[in-house]
Amino acid sequence: MSSATVVQTSRVSAPGRRPVGGRLLRLVVPVLLLVIWEWFSRSGVLPRALLPPPSDVFAAWGDWIFAYSGDAQSYSGTWAFDAAASGLRVAGGFGLAAIVGIGLGIAIGWSRIAEATIEPTLQVLRPIPPVSWIPMAIIWFGIANKPAIFLVFLGAFFPILMNTILGVRLCDRNLVRAGTMMGGSNAQLLRLVVVPACLPSIFAGLRIGIGSAWMLTVTAEMVAVKSGLGYVLWDSYNFFRFDLVIAAMGSIGLLGFLSDLAIKGVMGRVLRWQKGMTVQGGGR
Amino acid sequence: MDAITIEHVSKRFHNTRTGAEMTVLDDVSLTVRENDFLCLLGPSGCGKSTLLNMLAGFEQPSTGTVLVAGEPVTRPGAERGMVFQQPTLMPWLPVWENVAFYLRLKGANRAARRAAAQTYIDMVGLTGFENHHPSELSGGMNQRVGIARVLLMNPRVILMDEPFGALDEQTKMEMHSELVRIWQRHRGTVVFVTHGIDEALTLGTHVALMSARPGRIDALLALDLDRPRDVTSPRFNDYKRFILSRLRGEAAALPSVTSDQTMATEAVLS
Repeated sequence: MSSATVVQTSRVSAPGRRPVGGRLLRLVVPVLLLVIWEWFSRSGVLPRALLPPPSDVFAAWGDWIFAYSGDAQSYSGTWAFDAAASGLRVAGGFGLAAIVGIGLGIAIGWSRIAEATIEPTLQVLRPIPPVSWIPMAIIWFGIANKPAIFLVFLGAFFPILMNTILGVRLCDRNLVRAGTMMGGSNAQLLRLVVVPACLPSIFAGLRIGIGSAWMLTVTAEMVAVKSGLGYVLWDSYNFFRFDLVIAAMGSIGLLGFLSDLAIKGVMGRVLRWQKGMTVQGGGR
Repeated sequence: MDAITIEHVSKRFHNTRTGAEMTVLDDVSLTVRENDFLCLLGPSGCGKSTLLNMLAGFEQPSTGTVLVAGEPVTRPGAERGMVFQQPTLMPWLPVWENVAFYLRLKGANRAARRAAAQTYIDMVGLTGFENHHPSELSGGMNQRVGIARVLLMNPRVILMDEPFGALDEQTKMEMHSELVRIWQRHRGTVVFVTHGIDEALTLGTHVALMSARPGRIDALLALDLDRPRDVTSPRFNDYKRFILSRLRGEAAALPSVTSDQTMATEAVLS
């Protein structure tokens, strides 16, 4: 599409609506980067094997997914399997972290007793980087899914926990007062007032958590597991297949982006009430 | 039976930092009869909100007793409905769910809640806004939801803590006439905390004038004013003048009251 069309479209679009040109503008920087990268790789400043151009990366990526040329060698056509292996680890560890993190977070935020008995221990464990658990994880769980899920759990658990605790503590006490005024029991107030009130914080925690989850899956796969996108990445590095390394990086980024998008989608539905706009007056 | 009996109630707070003891309420006694509309009027820091919170059960007196319908108040409960200073609605629930929240706590099903909510939504003039969320409504409309929520509970006493304090003058006046209309139709005992003299004189059947530091009941007025109240009438202004002079700490009398025996007004000095 010519730039003249873009300008015209954005000019005629209604005020307040995103001009069509905005969507095209978003593509300018990535396309430009790909073009420069392609040109630079082909220029011969660096050996092509060390910085493969995007065309090589996409060719390898395509074969990794669809197995049409054998370019990805032993990984030809295994992409779906590798992605599923990583995805299941993320799902397992993240799901576990969400259940335990939200549950404990609500308990710690709501109950003084839970706070006093559980929180200090967790706060001591929290600064230990999840990655540093790798040796123990391998010793305890061997080389398979379990250490990876354990690491993912550790990475996602703390952000979810901390945000849930924060959410409960920031929960408007007046809402709880209103609940007791209407005769609500403690259990009812927790379920019908506190939990809905801290959902925005919980979702913030989940979104940070899913990021750490992908980070730790890949780390675990590089060290403690023999499958998944992280393993392909590391294995390809050992064979100097940097086109596959970059394809793996892209795959991880893509799946991370999609899983965050999924959480955002659920959040948008659950927290629809947050998007309300003020209608002044007109009350009768 | 008296709807509310407050007997020799004092409230002291201990400041742990300075070690000083602060008396917020000092030997307050007050009775409110069934279907009275009592306005607790006083400057900031006179303990009027503290007194209201004791009626609600959010706070306990240091000494003395607070009885509602003959029962001592020990904790918050649905027989004492409160309209808060801020609307304090559940932002994630639409208007009708907020109005019927009490029934949700009671375990009523959705259809019953929806039907019950409609009656009170219509009563406060919010018909058509049932499915809006609080964030989509103005402050005045949200306070209406807060009032509807309390009316649905059908409490023995309705407690209101400066509910219109944050509203502009125009909306406030609208809300006043609406509240009086609802109260006249619905009947019931209301305790309304305010620092607005006009507001107290516009709404109440009685005004308890409070003084600050320590909080005491300075005068209890039974208002003899026709409804709808005319804020420009001589009688209204007599009351207003009296209250203003009491607030300034002058020894005041109600001239028209002492001269006009038909006015059943008493100025009780504690």
